[in-house]
Amino acid sequence: MTEEKIHIDQKLFEILETVSDPEIPVLSIVEMGVVRSAKLINGIVEVEITPTYSGCPAMDVIGDDIKEAFQQKGYEAKVDLILSPAWTTDWITSKGRIALEKYGIASPLSESADKEALLGNKKLVKCPQCGSLNTKLVSQFGSTACKAFFQCEDCLEPFDYFKCLK
Amino acid sequence: MNNNLIQYIYGIADNSLILGQRLGELCGHGPSIETDIALTNISLDLLGQTRSYFQYVAKLQGNGANEDTVAFLRLEREYKNVLLVEQPNTDFGYSITRQFLFDVFHLALLEELQKSKDEMLAAIAKKSIKEVLYHTRFSSDWIKRLGDGTEESHNRIQTAINDLWIFTDELFHQTDADKAMIAEGIGVDVTLLKINYYKKVSSILEEATLQTPSIEYFQKGGKQGVHSEHMGFILTELQYMQRTYPNMTW
Ligand SMILES: [Zn+2]
Repeated sequence: MTEEKIHIDQKLFEILETVSDPEIPVLSIVEMGVVRSAKLINGIVEVEITPTYSGCPAMDVIGDDIKEAFQQKGYEAKVDLILSPAWTTDWITSKGRIALEKYGIASPLSESADKEALLGNKKLVKCPQCGSLNTKLVSQFGSTACKAFFQCEDCLEPFDYFKCLK
Repeated sequence: MNNNLIQYIYGIADNSLILGQRLGELCGHGPSIETDIALTNISLDLLGQTRSYFQYVAKLQGNGANEDTVAFLRLEREYKNVLLVEQPNTDFGYSITRQFLFDVFHLALLEELQKSKDEMLAAIAKKSIKEVLYHTRFSSDWIKRLGDGTEESHNRIQTAINDLWIFTDELFHQTDADKAMIAEGIGVDVTLLKINYYKKVSSILEEATLQTPSIEYFQKGGKQGVHSEHMGFILTELQYMQRTYPNMTW
């Protein structure tokens, strides 16, 4: 997928950075790639967000949190949910990927590596606790739809892997 | 208001709604924690997709309609899902076979729907297809594992396939709404998906050491709103809150 352009006014960016995904509190929605645009139009902030997964229950909460964050800074905000182009894990920023790993969630591999890992063909997912590649898939679906469940065979810690979505 | 378009969307979205509801019944009842979580995650994806379709329907309907009125306030005959998705969770073999037989179709449908002239339907299809790829991988994997597993698992999955096979042909029946939407470049001609569907399903069954049933009698009716005896029970549970406490909100 080609790099998608996002348009976020600089002064709005800092406010949006304070809003996080309620299920992954260390990651701001900007780092998550969920915010597609934010513009100040006639005194009203218009934000477009896109869901990670169709059924992601966090989206309604994110919408409310955005409105509240802007309200605290004296702005009225309107949030629209857009579906196209569809979100991809490529939109998670490099800062976001580091935050995920620190939080204990292995970040998404490339599309082909992801397939190999989820089919259990190759050991490619790195344990976020000890860095070992000696890990095994426990379940293709983890605590949320966007994650798979793995276990490290060296430190024995179970962990979530953020699945590649393209 | 474009009634054909609305009926067409029901024909797609109601499959996701009813299958999502069926899978939701398994929450806390899956055979293992991993499959329990997987099936409910698939349910969540399907219900999420349904929300996108129904928000669109509500916009087309206007008059204060919203995704909830579309989901909860129709009568049984107004739901246009195929009979396959309403079949019960008899055991895990049935649940995963129902999933597999639907996923292969769902993926093929979305691949075509993403080319629709209707921008909203194309966008929903593009979004959903990424999720349905995971569903298809999961259910196909289980078919192979159980088919090529023990004698017991093999026999039970074969029984489920034999029983559910009669609901597969309906997936490829064309409705009046289909015809109208195909003419406008919006709808998918499902009749064209049939050959590849059976090819793909058969090849996975073969890999799973399972027999592809050869029967000539198929069940139909769901697409016209004529459902099996299971549908009333599903709707009773699905609509309970809105029927008992009309207009209640969270
Ligand atoms: Zn480890």
